[in-house]
Amino acid sequence: MSDQSCVYIKKEWDIVAARQMGRDIATKVGFGTVDQARIATAISELARNIYLYAGSGKICFEAIETVQKKGINIKAIDEGPGISDLAQVMEDGFSTSGGLGAGLPGVKRLMDEFDIVSKSGEGTTIESTKWLR
Amino acid sequence: MRIPILKLHNYLLISIQTELDDKTAIQFQEDLLEKIHGSGATGVVIDLTSVDIVDSFIAKVLGDVVTMSDLMGAKVVLTGIQPAVAVTLIDLGIHLQDVPTALDLEQGLIKLRQELEE
Ligand SMILES: Nc1ncnc2c1ncn2[C@@H]1O[C@H](COP(=O)(O)OP(=O)(O)O)[C@@H](O)[C@H]1O
Ligand SMILES: [Mg+2]
Repeated sequence: MSDQSCVYIKKEWDIVAARQMGRDIATKVGFGTVDQARIATAISELARNIYLYAGSGKICFEAIETVQKKGINIKAIDEGPGISDLAQVMEDGFSTSGGLGAGLPGVKRLMDEFDIVSKSGEGTTIESTKWLR
Repeated sequence: MRIPILKLHNYLLISIQTELDDKTAIQFQEDLLEKIHGSGATGVVIDLTSVDIVDSFIAKVLGDVVTMSDLMGAKVVLTGIQPAVAVTLIDLGIHLQDVPTALDLEQGLIKLRQELEE
């Protein structure tokens, strides 16, 4: 069983809308307060990156419910400039905007699964999943 | 949306009760520095009891507020950081080591008084 919904990221306030929707879905799946905060924080980081570096894009959520496992899947999709050096952006502290450079490495630690596909000039897709334990 | 800043003797008290979007956070940073300048406050307590998410952007703004206030001669104490927020900050690799913290507003005021008397 799955159910997908997306928030389009075009303006700053959409970052808040995305993390609120993510938290709602996480709550419904059954995550506790700490994991809800982890999921909402990860979404906030991904949404802000779309807003800052790609200009626009979307965040899609899917509640995963199978007989064995429950969880939440998040996809951040944009058609922005893409990332040429994936290893570099995963380093703690690397930022091209004077930020803390904690976003992408942070999302990886906040979630259970993390996968990034990006091509220079074509955009970036980041997929991440958190499982309910 | 603007975050209210209350003045009590030489202190400024802020309780963040709203969802912190980027604009609100930056506006708050500016407002607080203006208020420190205008009032000559020596201590600031920022209470985060109602804040249920601090991402790397908000963490940077809060860290900067502490450093900037310090430069202007006002000590800042952050209070009421929720357990879930503390956990996510560590996951993000953000340690806020040099930032004084306390459990709640009351403890924050006690801490300020101690720090300012030293
Ligand atoms: N969606 C994206 N499109 C293009 N570049 C990106 C995207 N997301 C992240 N980046 C790049 O990766 C770097 C690191 O991102 P992050 O870890 O979130 O730190 P910060 O946002 O603080 O710079 C950014 O500075 C930016 O150069
Ligand atoms: Mg970022």
